[in-house]
Amino acid sequence: MDLLKDLWMFMRERKKFWLAPIIIIFLILGLIIVFGGGSAVAPFIYTLF
Amino acid sequence: MSMRKILGISAFYHDSAAAITVGGKIIAAAQEERFTRDKHTPDFPKHAIRYCLDEAGLELDDLDAVVFYDKPLLKFERLLQTYYAFAPKGLISFLKAIPVWLNEKMFLKKLIFDGLKEVGTYDKKKVKLLFPEHHLSHAASAFHPSPYERSAILTIDGVGEWCTASIGLGEGKNITMLKELEFPHSVGLLYSAFTYFLGFTVNSGEYKLMGLAPYGHPDAQQTFDFAELIKKHIVDIKEDGSIWLNQAYFNYATGLRMVHDDKWEGLFGFPRREGEGELMQHHCNLALAIQRVTEEIVIKMAMEAKRLTQADYLCMAGGVALNCVANGKLLREGIFKDIYVQPAAGDAGGALGAALAASHIYFGEERILPDGMDAMSGSYLGPSYSDKEIELVNRKVGAVSHKYDDFEALSAHVAAHIADGKVVGWFQGKMEFGPRALGNRSILGDARNPEMQKKLNIKIKYREGFRPFAPSVLAEDVEDYFIQDTPSPYMLIVSPVVEPRRSILPANFHDMPLWDKLYYKRSDVQSITHLDFSARIQTVHRETNPKYHSLISAFKKQTGYGLVVNTSFNVRGEPIVCKPHDAYRCFMSTEMDVLVVNDFVYIKTEQPDWENKEKWMTKFKMD
Repeated sequence: MDLLKDLWMFMRERKKFWLAPIIIIFLILGLIIVFGGGSAVAPFIYTLF
Repeated sequence: MSMRKILGISAFYHDSAAAITVGGKIIAAAQEERFTRDKHTPDFPKHAIRYCLDEAGLELDDLDAVVFYDKPLLKFERLLQTYYAFAPKGLISFLKAIPVWLNEKMFLKKLIFDGLKEVGTYDKKKVKLLFPEHHLSHAASAFHPSPYERSAILTIDGVGEWCTASIGLGEGKNITMLKELEFPHSVGLLYSAFTYFLGFTVNSGEYKLMGLAPYGHPDAQQTFDFAELIKKHIVDIKEDGSIWLNQAYFNYATGLRMVHDDKWEGLFGFPRREGEGELMQHHCNLALAIQRVTEEIVIKMAMEAKRLTQADYLCMAGGVALNCVANGKLLREGIFKDIYVQPAAGDAGGALGAALAASHIYFGEERILPDGMDAMSGSYLGPSYSDKEIELVNRKVGAVSHKYDDFEALSAHVAAHIADGKVVGWFQGKMEFGPRALGNRSILGDARNPEMQKKLNIKIKYREGFRPFAPSVLAEDVEDYFIQDTPSPYMLIVSPVVEPRRSILPANFHDMPLWDKLYYKRSDVQSITHLDFSARIQTVHRETNPKYHSLISAFKKQTGYGLVVNTSFNVRGEPIVCKPHDAYRCFMSTEMDVLVVNDFVYIKTEQPDWENKEKWMTKFKMD
């Protein structure tokens, strides 16, 4: 819930509501990854990401 | 008003670190890699935090704030917008990067809370988490410890959230950001792209590129042509120092590599150098060309900072501020009366900057100008070890040592070894914060000895033979050796060796093969004189490091020379040693002759089974 609140405040501050649908889809994907137990491997240029 | 106790953290990208300030005073700072022995580690810095808390005599519940060095959501925004802008290119990179975010980095607060749980018990509700911007953290790390009341601030690195470089103004305790350059246009990433193309590792090999540049032919047509090609096709440098990188040549915004190899090969006429591949003259010439272009950009940025602020002084931080060759040129340009570079200018220093920004800007604590050179205590902000702890290690490993009660006698004894051509591991007191060893975790040698550079590179550090070494010189003697009249306590300024000490080079010097050039006698302090007569200077001050000063003074008494070769106490790929045991292991696994840990002196040939180096060797990932 903390994250959702932060995201909402962030979008309001930055006036970037167009990011909302992308972020919602990502959050759902994120939940699938977390519950699916998949591992995430950091990409090559890790400073950028 | 109470003194705010603030913990700064950098983590999850590279060079994780922690720092603690109390009432704006820097109490402790350390990089996590030193404890875990994993160089540039991105892990949550639980060991570094534990050390900082112990040093400050605090527990987590005593803290007024925990400050992370950047804004993760702003970084996520940059990621999404970049992929959106470049789509459909970058799908593979997208598929790799997004799970990392969804699995971890989006939940950064949780990661921090979980990490803190491993440090100690605390009440989550009491913890105030703050997230200053990445470049504000860098700016604060440079300005707040500096000796200036008012100063321009220039931060340059690869990328933070959006910002890749910034110009600010520091006045009293406040910092005002005036101008920013945004991703994907980045001086740090430009330099890293050449680091990659010349066969070195991105994020750690940039020093090697800088060290390689003087092997380039300064007057060759090819060097000029390379610089022209870079400026015509790759980077457009504007008058205010901002740059525009032609993304047709780069791959980092959407790919998993820095550049499009084929395009660079077409432009420069040779393929990317594979790691450890032979170094040819065209590699060196290209290194020199990009170094010159970088210097041009940095100087233009500094001129813009001067124009915007009209300040007398400049503070610098960010990874590019570790380019000490550019710093030296900038200083000699005379745009500012003096410049101050944060010794931990990279992301590790972001932990300290985050804490300072919270203290002075968020909580409004007054900034008291330091009495001495700065508020960094010589950057000796890491852990130290007692005689009892050293004796324990001695017993554990069966080491044979001699304990000195008189430090002057120890200095004289060790100086004699150095003068005799021996290589000495020098471990004293508190560990340095930042990438440079400044005489507390150093390997030392005789700068006059023409064989020293080769011996240190090949037999001690096990690293590339071309890499140069830096001098530690008594602050009061610096002008006897170098064209340098301001202190350089953090080895962040490169200056030329004075004319009378230089040898006359043959007319064909720059046409000689690389190794012949390296071994040609260039000065009476050969081992620290780079091919272009430059040296990366550390001035040693009695006030900040009396023991190191005592050693070099003893060396001067015996030889007439008030300087020694100083390189970090580690082998290639290894983080600088932290504990006495790390030092002893490193000593035994190399051809180092003498080890000094505080007041204990170890002679290699007296150690049990001393010829069996393999027994002590640890595998480190090549950098």
